[in-house]
Amino acid sequence: MDKIRVLVAKPGLDGHDRGAKVVARALRDAGFEVIYTGLRQTPEQIAQAAADEDVNVVAMSILSGAHPHLFPKVVNLVREKGMKDTLIIGGGVIPEGDIPALKQAGIAEVFTPGTPTTAIVDFIKANVK
Amino acid sequence: MSNEKIKAELEKYEAAVAKAIEKTPERKHLPEQRLYTPLDVKGVEAYTDEIGFPGQYPFTRGVQPTMYRGRFWTMRMYAGFSTAKASNERYRYLIANGGTGLSCAFDLPTQIGYDSDDPISEGEVGKVGVAIDSLADMEVLFDQIDLGKVSTSMTINAPASVLLAMYIAVAEEQGVPADQLRGTIQNDILKEYAARGTYIFPPKPSMRIITNIFEYCSKNVPKWNTISISGYHIREAGSTASQEIAFTIADGIAYVDAAIKAGMDVDDFAGRLSFFWNAHNNVLEEVAKFRASRRVWAKVMKERFGAKKPKSMMLRVHTQTAGSMLTAQQPNNNIIRVALQTAAAVMGGTQSLHTNSRDEALALPTQESVTIALRTQQIVANESGLADVIDPLAGSYYVEAMTDRIEKEAWDYIKKIDELGGAVAAIEKGYIQKEIQDSAYKWQMDVENKRRIIVGVNEYTMEEEPPKGLLKVDASVGIEQCKKLADLKAGKPINKMTKGRDNEAVKAALAELKEACKKDESENLMPHILKAVKTYATLGEICNVMREVFGLYEAHVSL
Repeated sequence: MDKIRVLVAKPGLDGHDRGAKVVARALRDAGFEVIYTGLRQTPEQIAQAAADEDVNVVAMSILSGAHPHLFPKVVNLVREKGMKDTLIIGGGVIPEGDIPALKQAGIAEVFTPGTPTTAIVDFIKANVK
Repeated sequence: MSNEKIKAELEKYEAAVAKAIEKTPERKHLPEQRLYTPLDVKGVEAYTDEIGFPGQYPFTRGVQPTMYRGRFWTMRMYAGFSTAKASNERYRYLIANGGTGLSCAFDLPTQIGYDSDDPISEGEVGKVGVAIDSLADMEVLFDQIDLGKVSTSMTINAPASVLLAMYIAVAEEQGVPADQLRGTIQNDILKEYAARGTYIFPPKPSMRIITNIFEYCSKNVPKWNTISISGYHIREAGSTASQEIAFTIADGIAYVDAAIKAGMDVDDFAGRLSFFWNAHNNVLEEVAKFRASRRVWAKVMKERFGAKKPKSMMLRVHTQTAGSMLTAQQPNNNIIRVALQTAAAVMGGTQSLHTNSRDEALALPTQESVTIALRTQQIVANESGLADVIDPLAGSYYVEAMTDRIEKEAWDYIKKIDELGGAVAAIEKGYIQKEIQDSAYKWQMDVENKRRIIVGVNEYTMEEEPPKGLLKVDASVGIEQCKKLADLKAGKPINKMTKGRDNEAVKAALAELKEACKKDESENLMPHILKAVKTYATLGEICNVMREVFGLYEAHVSL
C-alpha cells in the first residue's frame, strides 16, 4: 500500500484544536500523509475534502459536545461519495455513554482524553483498508 | 555573609552531592538546577526597583496595598449551559452559595455571532454555554439578579460589542444606569486567532470594534473592564508559562497601540484593561509567572507607552485553573489538582478566580461538582493561611530567580514579535501559533515517553467503571430555542414581552448600523449596536450586517 492518507478534521464551531494538531503531527511523524482542514468545517466540506484528497482515513475531533449530531452526519456524507472503505474515527471530550451510538453510526473508534497518539497510529495501521 | 563565603560553601555542597549521586542517582527529567541560593537572585539593592511593595510600581508583589487582608479575590465561577432559564438558576445557586461574581459561558453559535436557527448552529445550541439570540434571552439570563450589585464577566470576543449592549439594555430595564455597571467582556480577538478559534472578522475591523468599545466605555460605562487580555487559552493550546505571558502581553501592546492610534490618551483607557491567566500544575512556576507578568506589564506601560497613572500600569488578573490538566481518568483526582492550582493563583496574587470541576474532561460539570470547586476556593481562602500574608513567596531564592527568568524569556519573545511587526503581524505569519503547537507537541511526547508523569493517565492507572450522573444537554434545547426565536422574528411576544418586536424598527436599526460600519473608526459602533439590540434585533442579524461590511477572517492553517 502507498502512504496512508489521513484527513484530520474539525467539524462544527469548536475552536479547540490542540488535540487535532497534536494528533495530526504524530500521524505525520508515524509516516502517514496528513491533511488538516483547519477549524469550523461543515460535514459537507469535510466529506468533499475527503473525496478531493482521496484519503484512507478521516479523523475528526470535537470538544464541544456536538459529536452526536456531527459525527454521524460526516459518516453518511462520506459514504454517499462512494467512499465505502474509508476508515472514520473520532476523538475529543466524549462521554463513555455516547460511544455505542457513534459506533453504531459508523465511527470505527472513539479516542477519549488521555489516549496516547501511538494508540491512534496503531489502530489506523490495523484497520485501514 | 559574603558571596565568596557562600560560593566556597556551595562548592563543598556540590562535592557532597557528587558523592551522594554516585550512591543514589537522582530521578530523571528534573530541572537542571537542584538548589537556589542567594547567588541566584539580585542583591537587596535591586529590591525597590524590581520587587517593591504591594500596590506600588512595578507591582511584582501585587496590585493592592493590602491584597486579601482587605477582601478575598472574587470567586467567580464560569457557568452557562442550555437555556437562559437553566443558566439563570445556576447563577442564582452560585450567588446563594457564596459566589461573589458571575461569569457567563455562551454557546458556540453565540460566540461566533450566529442565531440558534442558523444551519451552521445545528448540534451546538446550548452545548458549551448558554444560547443567547436576542435581548429577550438576556432578560431571562439575569432575571432576579440585581445588575447594580453583581459584577459580571462575559466570555465573549468577536461579538462582545453586541453582548455588552444587551447587558446595558437589561440593566436599563432594571433601572440600573450604565455608569454603575461592573464587569468584564473578554473582547480579546487576537488570542482567538492564535489559540481559541471564535473569530469572525479580519483583524482590522476587529481592532476597530475593540477601540470603539474602549472609547464608548471610558465615557459611558467607566467601571467596566473593556477587555480581558487572555493568556489562559494560549496556555490551554499548549504554550509554556513564559509563552503564555509573553504572547498575551504582546497582544496587550497591540491593543494599546491601536487605541492610541485611534486618538485616545493612554491613561484614559489603560486602567480598564484586565488580564486572564491560567493556573497550571507547577505551583511555584505559576507563582513566579504571575509576579513576572505584573512586572513586565508595568514596565511596558510606563516605559513604552509613557503612562502616568499607576492604575494604567497595574496588571489586574482573573485566573482559571487549567482545564487541559484535568484527566478523564479517576476524575476525583482532579479535585486535588484544582486545589493546588488554586493555591498557586492565590500565592500569585490573582484578583478573581474560577476553579474547574472534577468532571470537566468528560462533560459540563454537575451542580455537585461545581459546589466542590467553589468550596475549594473557600477552603484555600479561609483555612490554608495562604491569603493572610501578602506575596508570601517573595524572597524565596527559587521563586525570585524563576520570576527573573520568566521575565527575561517574556522580553525575548516580545522583542521577537516587535521585529515581526507586532502581535497582529506575528499571528498573520503563523509565528505565535507555531510556537504554541511546538510546545503542545513536546508536552504530549513527554507524557507518552513518561518524561512527565500524569497520575491515572500514564502511571498509577486502574480499571474504572464509566462515571455516572454526567450533565447532558438535551437536543430538545436547540429545538425549543429555535421555536422561541421563530416567534420573536415573526413579531410575536415571548417571555415577559407585552408585545412582539417591531420588524420595521429592526430593519431600520440594522440599516443604520450597516452605514456606520462602512464609515471609518472615528464612527463609534456602540450606540448603533445598542439601538439595534433594543429593537430585539438578534445577535445573528446584527453580526450578519457586520459580516457583510467587514468580511470574514481567513485562518492561517499550519501543522
